[in-house]
Amino acid sequence: MYRMLSAALLALFAAVAPATASPPAKDELVIGITQFPATLHPNIESMLAKSYVLGMTRRPFTTYDKDWKLVCLLCVELPTMENGLAKAVDLPGGKRGVEVTYTIQPGAKWGDGVPVTTKDVVFTWEVGRHPMSGVAAAEFYRRVTRIAVKDERTFTLHVDKLSFEFASIGGFQLLPEHLERPAFSDPTKYRNRTLFDTDPTNPGLHFGPYRIVEVQAGSHIALERNPTWYGPKPAFRRIVVRAIENTAALEANLLSGAVDYVAGELGLSLDQALAFEARHRDRYDVVYKPGLVYEHIDLNLDNPILADRRVREALLLAIDREKLTGSLFGGRQPVARGAIHPLDWIHATDLPAHAFDPKRAAELLDAAGWSRRGGGPRQNAAGERLVLELMTTAGNRTRELVQQVLQSQWRQVGIEVRLRNEPPRVFFGETVTKRRFTAMAMFAWLSAPEAVPRTTLHSESIPRPDNNFSGQNYTGYANPEMDALIEKIEVELDREKRRRLWHTQQHLYARDLPVLPLYFRADPFVMPKWLRGIEPTGHQYPTTLWIENWRFAAP
Amino acid sequence: MSHFLVRRLLQATMLVALMSFVCYALIGLMPGDPIDLMLSADPRLTPDDIARLKAIHGLDQPILERYLAWLGKALTGEFGYSRLYSQPAAAVLGPRLANTALLMGVSLTAAALIALPIAVTAAAHAGTGFDRAVNALCFAGISVPTFWLALVLILVFAVELGWLPAAGLPMARDPGLAERARHLVLPVLTLTIAAVGGHVRYIRAAMVEALGQDYIRTAHAKGLHPRRVLWRHALRNALLPYVTILALDCGALVSGALVTETMFGYPGMGKLIFDAVMGNDYNLALLALLLVTALTVACNLLADVAYAALDPRIRQR
Repeated sequence: MYRMLSAALLALFAAVAPATASPPAKDELVIGITQFPATLHPNIESMLAKSYVLGMTRRPFTTYDKDWKLVCLLCVELPTMENGLAKAVDLPGGKRGVEVTYTIQPGAKWGDGVPVTTKDVVFTWEVGRHPMSGVAAAEFYRRVTRIAVKDERTFTLHVDKLSFEFASIGGFQLLPEHLERPAFSDPTKYRNRTLFDTDPTNPGLHFGPYRIVEVQAGSHIALERNPTWYGPKPAFRRIVVRAIENTAALEANLLSGAVDYVAGELGLSLDQALAFEARHRDRYDVVYKPGLVYEHIDLNLDNPILADRRVREALLLAIDREKLTGSLFGGRQPVARGAIHPLDWIHATDLPAHAFDPKRAAELLDAAGWSRRGGGPRQNAAGERLVLELMTTAGNRTRELVQQVLQSQWRQVGIEVRLRNEPPRVFFGETVTKRRFTAMAMFAWLSAPEAVPRTTLHSESIPRPDNNFSGQNYTGYANPEMDALIEKIEVELDREKRRRLWHTQQHLYARDLPVLPLYFRADPFVMPKWLRGIEPTGHQYPTTLWIENWRFAAP
Repeated sequence: MSHFLVRRLLQATMLVALMSFVCYALIGLMPGDPIDLMLSADPRLTPDDIARLKAIHGLDQPILERYLAWLGKALTGEFGYSRLYSQPAAAVLGPRLANTALLMGVSLTAAALIALPIAVTAAAHAGTGFDRAVNALCFAGISVPTFWLALVLILVFAVELGWLPAAGLPMARDPGLAERARHLVLPVLTLTIAAVGGHVRYIRAAMVEALGQDYIRTAHAKGLHPRRVLWRHALRNALLPYVTILALDCGALVSGALVTETMFGYPGMGKLIFDAVMGNDYNLALLALLLVTALTVACNLLADVAYAALDPRIRQR
């Protein structure tokens, strides 16, 4: 109701708002996002708003570019077996490890003029692997058993596990040893003493195109050009990242000129962007980038009804996903045939479409023993009705809309679906993570290019009381064939062989259907016509990693 | 009087102590701890990481033990670090508190100053067209959703007319007092409009009751000027219950206004408390909630003391 009122108001004002003349050349850019980063430490906590801001102030060694290709940013050359910078090694106990060598970009300096060196590399590793430092994802640091320093810029990581992702170290975010060492003198207190939080405007913390000059907690972060940046000079003198959590207020700020650009990574909802585009296409470009956020329905395979694969397939065939994304999202969010995004090079193009086919769905349900008498829900031989519960996050309007469409379509084939939603905190904090949903749970997974689904599909990752509910295989899917494929994919270095393994894995996923794929979410980037150079990536690495390419251009 | 004061002070201290446990327990009983929530945002986290992080943040301990440890430190003036902001909880709170006190203080004062003459005039002309119009406007002000009102004000004054900024805080470095005040206009206006209706109705009701009392008739019979009867005799008595309402509202000076702060991107206490509670940031949430509790209790205590000073019957109870 409130959203409708807001939309109506915004539309009304848009109709009478005066057209703006061409803007003068700008050297300041105000970016609107919907979240304020809680911490600015690159390795403590994981938050999209933080990655977005830090994308301007630092560079990871490696990242995926807009074509989802692994590239070097802080490193000079990507290690491969072929160029000799990566070498597989045999380890005691029959294990295989890998040694990978990187060289830091010449000219890379912290904002206070101190060169970025291998001292920083070793220090970051020390912090990352210390159990009390508070670094969140420490798996990488534990896997690195030793760092051999060749000189000030070149080092070799000795990793105790060989996997095809050996060259990707995007999560290895350098810390300035010369500034952070004192804060790490007592590792247990490091997370509270780090300069990233106690003195975030210290120039020596940043080595990217910009450095942070002002942090107004909860409101905005201002950045200015970093004079020690080694790359091309960025066009904007000053960037302000402003956090406005309410998207209607964010849109109003955009229209008032208080915000220049709304980032797609943390910006308007898709329906809001579609309506905005219709009203303001003369002043703004809206770019929709389908990304790695995979909306799907997890099926609880412990439920005897859903344990039958025919029922799962019938559930998928009974819903018209093309029509759903067309009518609700203007076709901007592509239907998913599986968990792998079509832009990912491992995506299999020959997967079954499971297109809308209510007749076939009915046949499968009949075959599974769920027959229909009259227009009501189907029943089995014991007279039990085919009733399933579909849960999702309460308050997420898009999901609630999708839920209603699905409920209506399933009713057509005789499946009665009851909706039960919970606040995200309860849904993710208890119901899903402890597998307390009785039948279906609709939510999204955020992944990365060529992400191995060990935590979501391997049988060892089923959350149970005896493993303290660790793992994210919430469906309870256990198939030795899938387990073996995952294990093979992880260690297969040959790209072509790996592609074949991935294809087999995707076909198995489409056959077993532990999950009902829905669609991939798209991020709407709302840009003024004078802003150029932003290239949405669609993956977890933010567009700000290439901010030096952003520029003003008279429309 | 001193016995009364000591008794009330003891009650207030016990209430704050009790509330500290209630708040701690309520946050602790919420489903999903912060590390579980972190897991949903970072697929790279392994079960080992989860166990390690829970131990670091003390989340592997029973809630009573955690509370007692917190209480022990709090009694020495150490309120711990904010888990979300990696800074001392008090340091995180300071600037937000100042922002909120400014926003809420100005809004409350403005609402009271606007409400007073309107309510008194409406009560003096009870049942007339003016009174009915004031009533209708008050209901409209109370009923309109704050977020919608904020949006309308932004659209009119920032988007359409371009007179005022849409944000509650300026983005320039050292913006100066005038610029700061200009940015505050819309959030203050939102809160004032939302509050003034309630204030008018409280004062008006009390005034109508006071104007029907015998002493007012006596004052009129003595030949006092009607304005003097209204503003001196009636209002003085009518303000007593209004003081109670204001005392209760004092908590808002530090608890903030979540919706308004969110709409104007204003970093205040409302948003901070919300984020701290939702993020299971015990130290920050507790300190903020206790501050709200303590101020509300203190204001009520002050109101009680004022009442007791004014009315001996209260002291004797």
